[in-house]
Amino acid sequence: MDKTTHAIIAIVIMAGVTFLLRSLPFLIFSKGKTPPFIEFLGKYLPFAIIGMLVVYCLKDVRPLAYPYGLPELIAVLIVALLHIWKRNTLLSIVSGTVSYMLLIQLVF
Amino acid sequence: MRAKLWKRAFISTLPVLAGYIVLGLGFGILLRVAGFGALWALAMSVFMFAGSMQYVGVSLLAGGASFLTVAVTTLMVQARHLFYGVSLIDRYRGAGAKKLYLMHALTDETYALVSHSHVPDFVDEHSYYFAVSLLNHLYWIAGCMLGSLAGAIIPFSSEGIEFSMTALFVTVFVEQWLSEKEHRPALIGVGGTLLCLLVFGSESFLIPAMLLILLALALARRPMERKEEKKNG
Repeated sequence: MDKTTHAIIAIVIMAGVTFLLRSLPFLIFSKGKTPPFIEFLGKYLPFAIIGMLVVYCLKDVRPLAYPYGLPELIAVLIVALLHIWKRNTLLSIVSGTVSYMLLIQLVF
Repeated sequence: MRAKLWKRAFISTLPVLAGYIVLGLGFGILLRVAGFGALWALAMSVFMFAGSMQYVGVSLLAGGASFLTVAVTTLMVQARHLFYGVSLIDRYRGAGAKKLYLMHALTDETYALVSHSHVPDFVDEHSYYFAVSLLNHLYWIAGCMLGSLAGAIIPFSSEGIEFSMTALFVTVFVEQWLSEKEHRPALIGVGGTLLCLLVFGSESFLIPAMLLILLALALARRPMERKEEKKNG
């Protein structure tokens, strides 16, 4: 098989599996009443997922080697504290991101 | 009305704009280096619309991986999307023809925005979700194309700008923490994932983490519901 055909089929598979995973819960639970446990998950899972995504974003941080995850730690603290204080999403994100860029480009 | 809706959606997606342009740039550059030009970047960003999976996809394409490997890898990397659907069943109910696209465009970032957003009263809920999804998708396509076409001539160092994604999730986490008294799910999410990261390593911790979170939530369900019943009277 030539490279182009292989790549086209591979992309179709990747797109198809991704769509399947994204749509499956809706397809399964679209008819009738949602089971109570799924309803419970619908209410509380988002809190757990966002926690999971925060950890997922920081998965490549190496706390035992220089710079010991300090840029990430400082920037996450800036975002969190600023957000608790002002509750302004855009302000928190821009300040945290700029701090992080300055930290890794100039400090560490 | 319509203009107001799009303006509102645009403002709430600004952090994603910054992050997607940068992550998309990186992807476009990698894909070109692997020997696939702008049309491939366009096809992948339109039909897959998946950050981490497109990065993984570059090596699958370049290495000529078997189709079984491609399917299994996609399943592993993308399994977390099952969670998003489960928790949006009610929000997306009755979205009609828009639903097909809402499901396709359900990335980590779109999920973070729609799962906690308070839709303003003056707009139709599903139109708002649709606007957020489509804007994010356009940012992503633009980033991927830009990387593919002009990746080599970026004049300043944008190193670290991808932190905007992390920052977005942190703000959503804090926002949810402040708005909800029941903190067990959030603690289960962070704690369970950290534990699995330590045990399984950064390559393969996500699926164990998802299973652990489901298990812990199932176990915490009775006490949580009892607490809520007490609160309600």
